[in-house]
Amino acid sequence: MNITVLQEYLPIFAGAFLLTIKIGLAGVALAFVIGVAGAFARYFKIPVFSAIIKCYVELFRNTPLLVQLFFIYYGLPVMGIRISAEICGILGLGLLGGSYMTESLRSGLEAVPKIQTESAFSLGFSRPQTFMSVILPQAFSISVPALVANVIFLLKETSVFSAISLMDLMFTAKDLIGLYYNTTESLFMLVVFYIIMLLPVSVLGSIAEKRSRLKMFGSD
Amino acid sequence: MGFEVLLKGKNMIRLLQGLGVALKISLISVVISIVLGLILGMLMSLKKPVINMLSRIYLEIVRIMPQMVLLFIVFFGFTKLTGRNLSAEVSSIIVFSFWGTAEMADLVRGCLQSIPKIQYESSMALGLTRLQTYIYVIIPQIIRRLIPLSINLITRMIKTTSLIMMIGIVEVLKVGQQIIEANRKSSPHAAFGIFATILLLYFLACWPISCLARYLEKKLV
Repeated sequence: MNITVLQEYLPIFAGAFLLTIKIGLAGVALAFVIGVAGAFARYFKIPVFSAIIKCYVELFRNTPLLVQLFFIYYGLPVMGIRISAEICGILGLGLLGGSYMTESLRSGLEAVPKIQTESAFSLGFSRPQTFMSVILPQAFSISVPALVANVIFLLKETSVFSAISLMDLMFTAKDLIGLYYNTTESLFMLVVFYIIMLLPVSVLGSIAEKRSRLKMFGSD
Repeated sequence: MGFEVLLKGKNMIRLLQGLGVALKISLISVVISIVLGLILGMLMSLKKPVINMLSRIYLEIVRIMPQMVLLFIVFFGFTKLTGRNLSAEVSSIIVFSFWGTAEMADLVRGCLQSIPKIQYESSMALGLTRLQTYIYVIIPQIIRRLIPLSINLITRMIKTTSLIMMIGIVEVLKVGQQIIEANRKSSPHAAFGIFATILLLYFLACWPISCLARYLEKKLV
């Protein structure tokens, strides 16, 4: 391990790190939006939409992100739809994540026992009130562990972007290995930056899981 | 649309062979992961401090390191450190087993924890020994819960093995790229058709397994 090489590599990796974070967060945000919309459509059994969402979830959950990205990035342009690598990355991550988020949120909504709805009705809550203040909070705290796992999974999946020549951490490491043969240093920086990116998420996730569990079953 | 390339020569068969390579590697890794994961999961449920700490570190590493990074570390780093050459297949199997074992161990631990304490106490009250409790009471219940979960692991493994093209194994994506390159002049739209087909192939490989897992989950749990 050569310290001067590490110092030289630091700014290059920092730039790649910011790009990875940017695309990762944008993808996760898109995934959340799709997930919430999809879960509502499935839960309220909105006709047509519910069926479309179901097909979409099955398709994206059962294919690898790498293949989806290749299809979006190399497959669509020849048919006349041209997308830049960054947008393609966000779109791919968002669509993949959306399918996972939909499933997690939906199973959370469905895990709330029916008696909760019935009790709320008998207490005189209206339908929207029941949903907003009885079902949704409980469903959310049930979904939290799955949502955290999804976020970590999605941020990890950003490493696949190097395949569509986006200058992310993985691509930078591969590039530097190819250029200067400083394999050890490049891999070291790669690992360090992924730890910086994901360890906080993992720790925060564990805390969020614990807190949501306390809310559900009381804190005694 | 570019689908006509598939009918030329042996292109479709080559794609399927490529998928076969990916499936073979994922199957080997899954078998290794399930065996090692069962052992590790049982060890973790013993609640010995040293094992607990080591396994926590191991699980956290797998949780936050992308599989691609692990793949690079093993494939490039190992060669650099030891000066020995590790073939791409072997290093991918090592990485995916490393990853799968952690996943499986976590599932086993979760299942063992989900067995209510009363099951152990009742068996003891009935005069079963510790070994008998495990064989006749606990393990049958765990297996019912584990089967759908481990089948899900298979689909995740198949999806993850698409990464092996990045370290130079010729699998379905690589074959697809070769076909596109070879037919660039005659059918410029090949990229769309080929990648759509590969997407579909992966879907056809994983979807039935997911359905089976869901069906078993409803039936067994």
